[in-house]
Amino acid sequence: MLKKVAIVGASLAGLAAARALRQQSYEGEIIAIGAERHEPYDRPPLSKDFLTGACTAADLALGDDDEDLGVRWRLGTTATRLDPRAGSVHLAGGEEIRVDGVIVATGARARRLPHTGHLANVRTLRTLDDAVALREALLGGGRLVVIGAGFIGAEVAAGARSLGLDVTVVEALPTPLAGPLGAEMGAVCAHLHGDHGVRLLTGTPVAGLAGTDRIEAVELADGTRLPADVVLVGIGAQPNVEWLAGSGLAISGGVVTDTHGATGLPTVVATGDCAASFSPFAGRAVRAEHWTHALEQPAAAVASLLGAPPPRPPAVPYFWSDQYGVRIQFAGHREEGDTVRIVDGDPEQRAFLALYERDGEPVAVLGMNQPKLFTRWRRQLRAPSPIPTAALEPR
Amino acid sequence: MMRPVCPLADIPRGEAYRWAIDTPVAIFHTDDGEVYAVDDTCTHQDASLADGWLEGCEVECPLHASRFDLRTGQVDAPPAKKPIRTHRVEVIDGVVHVAVAEVEAGRS
Repeated sequence: MLKKVAIVGASLAGLAAARALRQQSYEGEIIAIGAERHEPYDRPPLSKDFLTGACTAADLALGDDDEDLGVRWRLGTTATRLDPRAGSVHLAGGEEIRVDGVIVATGARARRLPHTGHLANVRTLRTLDDAVALREALLGGGRLVVIGAGFIGAEVAAGARSLGLDVTVVEALPTPLAGPLGAEMGAVCAHLHGDHGVRLLTGTPVAGLAGTDRIEAVELADGTRLPADVVLVGIGAQPNVEWLAGSGLAISGGVVTDTHGATGLPTVVATGDCAASFSPFAGRAVRAEHWTHALEQPAAAVASLLGAPPPRPPAVPYFWSDQYGVRIQFAGHREEGDTVRIVDGDPEQRAFLALYERDGEPVAVLGMNQPKLFTRWRRQLRAPSPIPTAALEPR
Repeated sequence: MMRPVCPLADIPRGEAYRWAIDTPVAIFHTDDGEVYAVDDTCTHQDASLADGWLEGCEVECPLHASRFDLRTGQVDAPPAKKPIRTHRVEVIDGVVHVAVAEVEAGRS
């Protein structure tokens, strides 16, 4: 029986793991190690309401004052090495913590452009500290260039626009969001930029950033020079797994796990953004970066660690994005080759529901400003067996 | 003070009406014919509970699936932590009337 468990990573997945340990009747010690100095906080608002000032850092707290999980928090502390054989987690500064179970929940970090660290006002957005710095830079006004038209980039563009900045979004691919949404729906969502006076330049990679101490311009491969006062680099995230080198864990685009966070080592599980878990929806290992995944998967990972059956089957993947006052929601798993059609509303009105199908079966759903109808479809996708499409047509 | 909102006939069973007053209120007409009024905005993040999924006496937030009990305002699981306020409802001559609670959620 486990007596001492370390949770490495003190964000949403780490906190969810601590809660799940107690819910699943684990009574031993819990040590939670977090690289950031902040108590667990909610990241999604960082690119939305926090940026515009509609909410504050205090509003982001994930913990609950009334909740006593009996966790010893080690915040502002980085884990540097895992030695499963000795049952030890090594910390920066040389300390070694001996435990008999480890939950790896170290998440991911923003990918950066190489050789740009010396330029002031070139920012990424992942942490609260990032968001504070970005907000301060945006409050200076002027011209913002967003590199990468993914969800973070689009949300920051929208927030900056509402703060009155002149905003240009640059995307290397021909269509933004083609990965998660497919080219057709990616293009529909990308129209939101133009609707709100934000320039979107697609299909042209960034060649370099110009400036001596602070950013002056973004230079594109086709010779275009975009003067900039602030640059937000939103080109994805990479998992924080380097510290696991030599641990014996399989690493392939994340810590390789089964659906329920189990690794090849019985005393170690991994969950959240750092884990490449087998997805029954994709039929392969996927490193999900979705907030709901980091909220829900830890309960399964904890069960795996405790040797118990998973508390519930894995949830249908879900994510959302708020841009320009428009709410985008997506549930399910899309593959290349899936067909997509509008089943309600009208993309021109920026309010619609689109259904993705494979072999005539619904596999995913996208809603733009259609929360009610979206929820109905999301619940149907949750059902264990596919349901004939005709039964789901809107009433 | 009871204030008239809308005819009950405007809210089919299983549906909700968003009363867009200063702090918006959601009025639910359950499948069993009960009528409940609660704060419309989820206590976690900006989402309208009137757009949520109604099942029995519970509504699931359309954004993150926290579920609120319409009778007590209590929430079942994170991400929402705080309860919503519940408001007194009466149907008078077929018209839904609501008395907006002045107390904090969870203290009524």
